[in-house]
Amino acid sequence: MKRDAKEFINQPYKEGFETVVETEEFPIGLDENIIKRISSTKNEPHWLLEMRLKAYNKWLAMDEPSWANLSYPKIDYQKIRYYSAPKNISSLDEVDAEILKTYERLGIPLEEQKVLAGMAVDAVFDSVSVKTTFSKTLEDLGIIFCSFSEAVKRHPELIKKYLFSVVAMGDNYFAALNAAVFSDGTFVYIPSGVRCPMELSSYFRINAMNTGQFERTLIIADDDSFVSYNEGCSAPMRDENQLHAAVVELVAHKSARINYATLQNWYPGDAKGVGGIYNFVTKRGKCAGEGSHISWTQVETGSAITWKYPSCILLGDNSSGEFYSVAITSLAQQADTGTKMFHIGRNTKSTIISKGISAMSGSNSYRGEVRVAKNADNAHNYTSCDSLLLGDECSAHTFPYINVKNSNSTVEHEASATKIAQEQLFYLMQRGLSEEQSIALIVNGFCSDVLERLPMEFAVEARELLALTMEGAVG
Amino acid sequence: MIGIKDLEVTVEEKVLLNGLNLDIKAGEVHALMGPNGAGKSTLAKVIAGHPSFKVTSGTMKFDGKDLLELKVHDRACEGIFLSFQHPLEIEGVKTNTFLKTALNAKRIYNKQEPLSAVEFVKNLKSSADAVGIEHEMLNRALNSGFSGGEKKKNEILQMVMLKPKLIILDEIDSGLDIDALKDLSEQLQKLRTKENSFLIISHYKDLFEHFRPDFVHIIKNGTIVKDGSYELAQSVFEEGFSDDSKD
Repeated sequence: MKRDAKEFINQPYKEGFETVVETEEFPIGLDENIIKRISSTKNEPHWLLEMRLKAYNKWLAMDEPSWANLSYPKIDYQKIRYYSAPKNISSLDEVDAEILKTYERLGIPLEEQKVLAGMAVDAVFDSVSVKTTFSKTLEDLGIIFCSFSEAVKRHPELIKKYLFSVVAMGDNYFAALNAAVFSDGTFVYIPSGVRCPMELSSYFRINAMNTGQFERTLIIADDDSFVSYNEGCSAPMRDENQLHAAVVELVAHKSARINYATLQNWYPGDAKGVGGIYNFVTKRGKCAGEGSHISWTQVETGSAITWKYPSCILLGDNSSGEFYSVAITSLAQQADTGTKMFHIGRNTKSTIISKGISAMSGSNSYRGEVRVAKNADNAHNYTSCDSLLLGDECSAHTFPYINVKNSNSTVEHEASATKIAQEQLFYLMQRGLSEEQSIALIVNGFCSDVLERLPMEFAVEARELLALTMEGAVG
Repeated sequence: MIGIKDLEVTVEEKVLLNGLNLDIKAGEVHALMGPNGAGKSTLAKVIAGHPSFKVTSGTMKFDGKDLLELKVHDRACEGIFLSFQHPLEIEGVKTNTFLKTALNAKRIYNKQEPLSAVEFVKNLKSSADAVGIEHEMLNRALNSGFSGGEKKKNEILQMVMLKPKLIILDEIDSGLDIDALKDLSEQLQKLRTKENSFLIISHYKDLFEHFRPDFVHIIKNGTIVKDGSYELAQSVFEEGFSDDSKD
């Protein structure tokens, strides 16, 4: 059953093409002038520039974290370009034909008549949002779904109120960097009592060379509202590493529900560890109101490095948080991912289901923290953490942190590690399945608890991605 | 159907099959009997192409094709089916998803159009009814939490759907009570045609009484020491294998 190294290297990455488009680029490197230029290019109000500069100074005083189970050469932040945008987008209706083609090729048509029914999209290309579909339709319901830049102009009061309210500008090294240089992203506001009638989604595309992507997503669900939001991403295949440092903040008010799903498919680099995206992302949701609910679902198949812990602050009584994760590390990929659940309100509940799959030379770590505050009576957490290993060169690690200050709470933790047994493969192959089909089936089965959480269209794509990632990962 | 000549098989230098010969023609039912460790299960796995075993000499032909040149899944698609003594549990993989993947893999290999979802479900339901499997079970994870009897029925369902040419049953009767065994024999009887053949490994006479073999082979120390008809099986049930070595 041994296979050639050649086949590993030829592992297909469908989204690895590059779009040729005229761009407006800032010089490489970072200083206060670059930040001022980002702000002035976007015609931002002065208060936002002040915040950026404050964040920049915090960042300068911080050290890059080194506690994660990741190894990579030191990032030179002066060798990154912080702003690159396609030229000639004077209005949202004048998107370059090449960019429209790019999204179409990625399976995300941006013309509303072609769009999948029930899915509104915000398309972010390098540093800017190029198109947001169905904004008008949603506006009739009072829903705001637009680029972050537009929200700064049209809804400054909401931005002022909620920006940095969940992830403080100095929360961590990468969040601080993002706060200083973020160029665009998505903003969502669902008014009280409104159930968003369609799936909202953002698609992030890195295209330009040497350019980092720093977007922010801010989602507010007011009392008794509901929204299901999905994000996807991809990048061209390149030999150099590119940095993606995003921040996502969610706020759920009384009895509101936010479902947030991610399909992360950044370019993973090759089998020797050359190229690929460095993905350092801070995602956090605040269950601010009583009975509110935030659910994170992530399928992480891409990136050379993944550093990401979508978390929930369970502030409101009877609020609940969920984290469902599938992380695959194949080739030379490394992932250190998990969640944090902070139980502060009474009767708060959290569920963590993590599935890590390692193949080839991949390294996969689950890192999760469950914290129960003194007054969080009757808090309940359930954590289940499973690892699946393929071959002898990959690794899986689990780092759970549990900190309970309330005696009336329950915290359960289960963990398992399995290797795909040769007998399982033999059984499936004896029924006519190829080795790849057999592994894809076993991996899909292993992740089924998580995949079932995804909206239908997303689940189909996730299954295809899983199968593709496992292709050639047989040793 | 299958012709095995002078087969020698080793695992880590240890010889498990030693100059074994066996011929099975279309429409025949063969029984393979022998003491523990004689090489019964090894032969079954080697025919199916298990990667742990190394064929060091001899030949294996299946309908004119050299089996040794074919991988496990290609042999399966050619029509070899090995029923496992302990069918494996695959967490999270629904039985119907697995069956559809397997059936279409075989169809594609044999240059047939894969079945559409509708055609497949029709086929699946009628096959499940024929075997006596509740439709609800098809939505459960493959063999996961199935009772011993359910696992065996599920193996039969796979045979019904995949329509193999050579069916190898490795102790399919182990752990079944007499009613389940009768039911199993009836299912096997229904599966039997003039075109397919069976190789049955078993220690017990009950299965052979209900599903009578045309030929019986006694295997010892990795080689077949005696061939005969059903009467040979009867004498083994009465006297055991002790006398065979004197022949």
